[in-house]
Amino acid sequence: MIGTAINVTLVLIGLAMSLSLWRLFRGPDVVDRVIAIDMLYVNACAMLLVYGIRAETALHFEAALIIAMLGFLSTAAFARFLLRGDIIE
Amino acid sequence: MTMAWELLVAALVLAGGVFCFLGALGLARLPDVFMRLHGPSKASTLGIGCIALASMAYFSVREGTPSVHELLIIVFLVMTTPVSAHLVAKAALHRDLPRWNRGDAPR
Repeated sequence: MIGTAINVTLVLIGLAMSLSLWRLFRGPDVVDRVIAIDMLYVNACAMLLVYGIRAETALHFEAALIIAMLGFLSTAAFARFLLRGDIIE
Repeated sequence: MTMAWELLVAALVLAGGVFCFLGALGLARLPDVFMRLHGPSKASTLGIGCIALASMAYFSVREGTPSVHELLIIVFLVMTTPVSAHLVAKAALHRDLPRWNRGDAPR
């Protein structure tokens, strides 16, 4: 039962990543692309956690945590750059 | 692992996947930037929260000892997602992007 749920969830997260990728390529403005990258890293984090359950190892957890941290930093840097034209003044 | 725990883990994983997908659907389909910001900042946070809870339940029952380090991801995302959404919304306001309720957003 867990195996089926995990396979369905992996497909759903893959679809979610494809939709974000579509928005990343299409996005009318650069802000849409920043939101799409934000979405992509959150989904990558979720996918790593689900894959960790499937592979029965806690190894993927550290990768998910690092992706969550670096993703926030990159989104903050992008937004800062869009707002001020510079990251560190 | 008993039936009830399996049911709990499967339901949480599935709910997380559905919420992640709904967030991405909102990102792809909604008409302007401020609406599109809702998908990633709310639905996906709930989705990854569900998935991390499922991971906690699964590894706690499997190892026999409580496994709480997935709480780190939940706490970190709950703290940082509003901040990044606020920054991105400020950038969008600053660029004066088209808005749906002003009628100038292309469908």
